[in-house]
Amino acid sequence: MNYDRVLVRYGELSTKGRNRSLFTNKLKKSIMHALREFPNIRLQVRHDRLFIHLKGTPFEEVKEPLKQVFGIQSFSPVVRTEQNIEEIQAAALELVRKNFSKGKTFKVSARRSDKQFELDTNGINQAVGGYVLQRMEGLTVDVKNPDINLLVEVRKEGVYLSCEKYPGATGLPAGTSGKAMLLLSGGIDSPVAGYMMMKRGVEIEAIHFHSPPYTSERAKQKVLDLAEKLTAFGAKMKVHVVPFTAIQQKIQEKVPSGYTMTSTRRAMMEIADEIRRKQGALALVTGESLGQVASQTLESMLAINAVTPTPILRPLIAMDKLDIIEIAQQIGTHDISILPYEDCCTIFTPAAPKTRPKLEKVQQYESSVNFEELIKEAIENTEVIQLPEEKAASEFSELL
Amino acid sequence: MIYFDNSATTKPYKEALSTYVKVNEQFFGNPSSLHHLGLQAERLLFESRKQMASLLGTEAENIIFTSGGTEANNLAIKGTALANMHRGRHIITQQTEHPSVINACQQLEEHGFRVSYLPVDSHGQVSAEDVAAALTNETILVSIMHVNNETGAIQPIQEIAKLLKNEPQVLFHVDDVQGRGKVPLNLENIDLCTLSAHKFHGLKGNGVLYKKKGVKLSALLSGGNQESGFRSGTENAGGVAAMAKALRLIEEHRREHGERLRAVQQFLRKELEGRQDVIIHTPREGCAPHILNFSVERLKGEVLVHALEERGCYLSTTSACSSRQKKTSTVLTAMGVPKEIADSSVRLSLSYENTRQEAEAFIQILKDTIPTLAKVQR
Repeated sequence: MNYDRVLVRYGELSTKGRNRSLFTNKLKKSIMHALREFPNIRLQVRHDRLFIHLKGTPFEEVKEPLKQVFGIQSFSPVVRTEQNIEEIQAAALELVRKNFSKGKTFKVSARRSDKQFELDTNGINQAVGGYVLQRMEGLTVDVKNPDINLLVEVRKEGVYLSCEKYPGATGLPAGTSGKAMLLLSGGIDSPVAGYMMMKRGVEIEAIHFHSPPYTSERAKQKVLDLAEKLTAFGAKMKVHVVPFTAIQQKIQEKVPSGYTMTSTRRAMMEIADEIRRKQGALALVTGESLGQVASQTLESMLAINAVTPTPILRPLIAMDKLDIIEIAQQIGTHDISILPYEDCCTIFTPAAPKTRPKLEKVQQYESSVNFEELIKEAIENTEVIQLPEEKAASEFSELL
Repeated sequence: MIYFDNSATTKPYKEALSTYVKVNEQFFGNPSSLHHLGLQAERLLFESRKQMASLLGTEAENIIFTSGGTEANNLAIKGTALANMHRGRHIITQQTEHPSVINACQQLEEHGFRVSYLPVDSHGQVSAEDVAAALTNETILVSIMHVNNETGAIQPIQEIAKLLKNEPQVLFHVDDVQGRGKVPLNLENIDLCTLSAHKFHGLKGNGVLYKKKGVKLSALLSGGNQESGFRSGTENAGGVAAMAKALRLIEEHRREHGERLRAVQQFLRKELEGRQDVIIHTPREGCAPHILNFSVERLKGEVLVHALEERGCYLSTTSACSSRQKKTSTVLTAMGVPKEIADSSVRLSLSYENTRQEAEAFIQILKDTIPTLAKVQR
């Protein structure tokens, strides 16, 4: 008897009341996206569990992709029997036998969602545990720290058994919390900010400011590579690449050097907010972390935030840099982020940017400049790229 | 022409050659250049690296491109020795390795390293027990080839890998130049592995050193820090792309024509075994499907190679690399083959393109050639 399906536990999701079907449908979609390379599998949604019918696909192959899907509390490969204690015992014995080697300990963890079943959880534990123990020499019980934890879940439609349980990515399924625009620079922080919002079910579109010839095609490619990494955690992602050179040049020309950084950020926010409005998103997301650089002081945030009433979400605001780096390493964006290409935030950095800019002052400096026309033009010329990208590979596919 | 010298080199696939030409016409930029042409070449290099990695069952970051098998073997052995000499100065290898391994080890001996050259049995195989027995606290590297280039004997790589799994301080290098595309090899428990493109219908001048993540290696070529600093020098993007394509194609051919190749080899073996004057050195069990090494008694190998060449059949004596030095094959000597028989040996090596018809024609030519030569030699 081989594991022929996977039992998926929802966790936080189960508490969502009347919205639950929305959540389970999104979760189903996320799982299908994560397992799209395995065309045979079929999904079956139940109100408190989701089943993946493997149909011949080895469990080992779906295990890693499943660990990345948000909204899953844990999952187990299972075998199914009818609601019949002899059948359960036989299946249990076979599973334990397969996982047994000399000196191993075991326990049975029964769970009964169908209260009509003849035995209660204690009864199941005893009936199954006793049966297996009698028939396996050298097997002992350890209820605290067993090597083999045999899960038995009795449900209306059948009984599911497993010796394995894997933690899921937790969080909420992609797209259940609406859409937000992520300001993606190419550094370490912003991809992590995107990841954390995705984990809370937010669908992300990215915005990147590109300033050729001050920033190179490699810098842009780096951002696309980062965004592509993030698509592993849910779904497709659009990246809006905004041509930003003219605006940066104008700011350099018109705004005193201490305030260029503040003005630049304000222009970015304004553009991002306008793209957000067009895309029907509900918030902006940044990778800001308090006190990390001059633009990330509370004074700076106040001055920058003043351009829009839209919520600006800053999931990293209270995190230490080392903790952010650790997440970046886990999600695979760190090594891309540290590639040494200039981005639009670093090239025009003045020697001494104001760490405590005053809103009135920046407003006064900007009042002499007509940014509207430039901003409009930048938005009109924004390039939209859909990821994951098929194109980059096929460009060379004939050669390879 | 009957080309039976595929262990010396293979004929490049037309597709690989056309990739090489196209890349050098369209994507000739230096991958390190900042501009668009450089970026294109860099991306092509990356796509090639990804494809190579996926065909080898590993990640792109574990692939170091080199100028060929010899460089990759040197980098693996000397690079490991330099980077790990503070932990120990003992290396284990075996007597039938390719000269690029043996001579690299000998060079290290001149610099104070100790090298154990393990013996092989009469089938040309080293034993995992011998490897285990040779391990010391000073051992930093074990280097054992996968398929022998002269006899086709397969070494017990998985057995040795399993043994070394319990010795985390000892790195395991495998020279897979002759095996790749012919005999599958799982890299899971291997730290370093050498490939050469022109042995699988890619171009000369391209090779790979697979290096498992975390393995410490000193570069032999210093410069612009290409290949993550392990191998400086402007990347040969055309050759690399051609190699990635050739590897993809030969893996397809292996799946489709693997049986046929083995059948051609079996046919040749049977015919040769039927002759009183032929001694076959390639082991019957545990050999690659494309190599047959044999001696025709009292006939110098070199003479036979030239005589067959006159009839349009191309073979080698020993390995192509050593055959011009007119020395007795060290591989056959290590297997205990007497000198006069070893000096008669020739190596026949096949590709997936060779057919049964060619094998039949070859046997006939051999039958006709031997008596004419034997007359003169005696």
